[in-house]
Amino acid sequence: MLVFLLRRLTQSVFVLIAMMVVVFFGVFMIGNPVDILISPDAPPAEIEATMARFGFDQPVHIQFLKFVGNALQGDLGRSFVHGESAVSLILSYMPATLELAMLGLIFSVAIGVPLGVYAGYKADRWQGRAIMTGSIFGFSLPNFWVGMLLILIFAVELQWLPSTGRGEAVEVLGLRLSIFTADGFQHMILPALTLALYKASLVTRLARAGTQEALMQDYVKFARAKGLSETRILMVHVLKNIMIPIITVLGLELGSMIAFAVVTETVFAWPGMGKLLIDSILTLDRPVIVAYLMMTVVIFIVINLIVDVVYTLLDPRVRVKGSAA
Amino acid sequence: MTSPVIRRLAILAMAAAIPALPLAAQELRIGLASEPSSADPHFHNLGPNNQLRRNVFESLVGTDEAQQLTPQLATSWEPVGENGWQFNLRTDVTFSDGSPFDAYDVIYTVCRIPGVPDSPSLFTTYTGAITGFEVPDPHTLIMLTAEAYPLLPTEVSTFGIISARANGVDGSTIAFSPEGCGDLNYPATQAFNDTTAAIGTGPFLMESFRRGEGIELVRNPDYWGEPAPWERVTMLPLTSEGPRVAALIAGDVDLVENPPLQDLERLRGDETLRVVQGISNRVIYIHLDHEQVPSPMIRGVDGVNPLQDIRVREALTIGINRDAIVERIMGGVAVSAGELLPPGMFGAHEEGDLPPAVFDPERAQALLAEAGYPDGFGITLGTPNDRYINDAQVAQAVAQMWARIGIDADVDASTASTFFSRRNAFEFSAYMAGWGSGTGEMSSPLKALLATRDPDRGFGGTNRGQYSNPAMDDLLTEALRTVDDDARQELLRSASRMAMADFAIIPLHYEVTPWAMRATIDYAPRADQYTLPYDVRPAQ
Repeated sequence: MLVFLLRRLTQSVFVLIAMMVVVFFGVFMIGNPVDILISPDAPPAEIEATMARFGFDQPVHIQFLKFVGNALQGDLGRSFVHGESAVSLILSYMPATLELAMLGLIFSVAIGVPLGVYAGYKADRWQGRAIMTGSIFGFSLPNFWVGMLLILIFAVELQWLPSTGRGEAVEVLGLRLSIFTADGFQHMILPALTLALYKASLVTRLARAGTQEALMQDYVKFARAKGLSETRILMVHVLKNIMIPIITVLGLELGSMIAFAVVTETVFAWPGMGKLLIDSILTLDRPVIVAYLMMTVVIFIVINLIVDVVYTLLDPRVRVKGSAA
Repeated sequence: MTSPVIRRLAILAMAAAIPALPLAAQELRIGLASEPSSADPHFHNLGPNNQLRRNVFESLVGTDEAQQLTPQLATSWEPVGENGWQFNLRTDVTFSDGSPFDAYDVIYTVCRIPGVPDSPSLFTTYTGAITGFEVPDPHTLIMLTAEAYPLLPTEVSTFGIISARANGVDGSTIAFSPEGCGDLNYPATQAFNDTTAAIGTGPFLMESFRRGEGIELVRNPDYWGEPAPWERVTMLPLTSEGPRVAALIAGDVDLVENPPLQDLERLRGDETLRVVQGISNRVIYIHLDHEQVPSPMIRGVDGVNPLQDIRVREALTIGINRDAIVERIMGGVAVSAGELLPPGMFGAHEEGDLPPAVFDPERAQALLAEAGYPDGFGITLGTPNDRYINDAQVAQAVAQMWARIGIDADVDASTASTFFSRRNAFEFSAYMAGWGSGTGEMSSPLKALLATRDPDRGFGGTNRGQYSNPAMDDLLTEALRTVDDDARQELLRSASRMAMADFAIIPLHYEVTPWAMRATIDYAPRADQYTLPYDVRPAQ
C-alpha cells in the first residue's frame, strides 16, 4: 500500500510540472493581458509601466523561471485582475462549488440508484426499457440547454424556484455556504439538478447492469429460497453488492463535477470556481488559470486516493488482500 | 380573531400601511452584465468598477446622461491664471464615517492614485496632468497644470474622492508632489473589498462586496443631496445573456443591463416590463493600415498598399450600407455613424451636419477602377467576436458588401484577448473595433485613434492603422490647450471634419445601449452605459 501511494505521488508531481509548463506557455501565447486589462485611454507610458509592474516586459523564459521559483515557495502568483493571491482567490470560490457538487452527487445517487435497480429488476419489461431510453437523454442533452430549460420551466413559467444566484449564505466553520439556509437551498436545486442529470444517467446504467448480474447470483437465489421479500433482497443484498463500481465512477465524476462545473455555474451565475476559471480565461488572468488547473490535478489525485480507501471499507475482499500484503 | 375590534384594528392597520407600501418595497435588484473586479475606487480603471464607484464615492465634478459635466462635490469651477483651475467645494458634505469633506481629501486622493499596489490599470491617466495644488481655504481648491489644460474638469470627474481623516491623516500636512507624496497610510484594496475602507460621500453605503455572488448597497441616510429612492440595492453579476433575461422575467431581479438584441422584441411585448435604450458614446469603426508597405493582410497587389490611396479608402467607405447593418444585424438598436462621436456630445457635429457616408456601390467601383484596381484586391478584415454587440456578424456583412464592389474580402474573427494582442502588433490591414469616449467629448477618439502616434505626448495610443495627418494633429493640439469651450468645440469639429474628408477611418455605427426593467420603475439611458441605482426611479 505504501509503495503504491509513493508511486502515485511521484507520478502526480510529474503531472503537476507538465501542467504548469503547458498552461503557462499556452496562456502566454494567446495574448498579452495588458491589452485587455488597461483602459484604452491610457497613454503609452502608462501601458509600459503596467507591463513592467506585472513583469510582462521580461522574456517569457525569465517570466517562467520566476513563476517556478515562486511556486516552489508555495506562491502561485497574484491575480492580474483582482490583485489578490491566486490561491486564496480560488479558495474563496471553492465552498460554493463544493456544496453544489455535493448536492449534485446526492441527487445523482438518489435518482440514479433506485431507477437503475428497478430497471435491472424489470430489465425485459417496458418499465426497464423506458428508464433506459430516458437515461439516453441524460447523457446526450447538453448541460447549458438543460440548465436553460430548467430555468424556463421552474423559474420563468412556474415561478417555483429562483433562476439565478446563490441566495442567502451563512458562515459554517468559516466557510460561506448556502445549503444550510432555506433560501440558499432553493437556489441550489436547479443548478444541482443540472449537474446531476448526466451523473444520474450514468448511475442508472451502472446500477441496472449490476442488479441484473447480481440477480443471477447464488445468494439471491438462496435469499429467495429463504423466503425474503423481493424488496429486502433488492434494497439490502443486491444494493450492497452493486455499490462498488458506482462509487468508483462517482468518485472520478466528483472530481470533474468540482473542477469543470463551468457551464452550469455560468448558466446559473453560481459563484463557484468554474465561473472564476471562465472569467480568468477571458481576461488572460494567467496566475489564476495556472493555479486553478494545478489545484484541479491535486483534487483528482486526492479523490482517487479516497476512492481507493473507500473500496477497502466496502469490499471485505480488498481489505483482506490489503492486510495480507 | 373575528372580534369586531380586532377586525377594525386590522383594517386600520392596513389603511395605514397602504401609503407606506412603496416605502416597504424599496429594494432594487439589478442584474449586471459584467462584474467589477474590485470595490476599490482607484484599483482598476474599468467600466464596471467606475459604475460601482459612483454609488459610494463621488467626484468633484459629475456627469449627466449625455456625459455633460455637472456639479457634484464642487459647486462650480473656472480657470484661474495661465494654467490652473479653481474648484469651489461644497461645505455641507461629510463622509459616511462622519468626517467632513474638504480640499485636503482631494489632495489625499490624488496622492493615493499612482501607488495602488497590483493595479492592472491606474487612474494616473486622469491625474497625470496635475502638477500642484493651492488651498486658499479648505473649500477652495486650485489645481495647477504644466500648461493650459481645458480637460481637467472632465478628468477629475473620473475618480472618486476618499477621506484623509478617515485614514488618520491630517490632509493639511500633505506635501504634494506628482512623483508621490510619501507614505500616507493609504487604505489597502482589500480593505475596500471587505467594506471597512468603503467610506465615501455618495448616496449609498457599501454593505457587502462578494465576488461572483453580488454587491449590496444601502441608502446613505446622511447624504447631502436628495436621499436615494432605494433603501437597499442588490447587484448580481449575471454575465451570461440568457440567464440574465430569464432572471428578469422570473422576477428575481428588477432591472438588467444589456438584454441581448434577440430578446428585445419579446421583452417589449411584455406589459409588465419596460425597455429603454439610448445612444452610447461608443462608435464601431474600421481602421485601415495607412503605413505598412506591403500591408500584411492584403492580397493580389504588387508590393503596394492600396489603402494609402484616398480613392480606395473612399470606395471602402461608401461601399458599406450602414442603414442595412443597423436595420438587419443590429435590429435597429444602433445608429449609423458619420464621425467618431454621436451628435449632441461635445465636439461632435449637430445632427445632419456631418451625416454618415451615403451608400453608393457604383461610385465605389468607379473609384476603385480609377485608382488602378478595376478587379479589386484581396483583404482580410480582423474583428473580435465577443467584445461588441454582434461584432462578428457586422464584420461579415461588411465583407459581403465589399465583395459586391469587387473586393475579395474575408473575415478573421477571434476572441477579444487574442484579437487585441494581434491588433496591437499591427497584424491587420483592416480591423473592426469600438471606441467609447471616456471623457464624453471628441478629443478622446481623435487623440487615441487618429493622431500621429507619439508616445511622449500620449497621442495615437490606439491608432493601429498608423494614420498621420500633421494638419489634423495641429488642430487637435490647438484644441487641447484652448480653455474657451466654444472655441475648443469648433476646433474639434474642424479636426473631425478634416479626418473624415480624408477617409482616415471608417465609422460604422454608434452602439445603442438597452436596459430592461419592471414597468413599475424607469431609468434614463446614459451615454456612458452606466447603470446608476440612484437614478432608477419608481415610474410616474
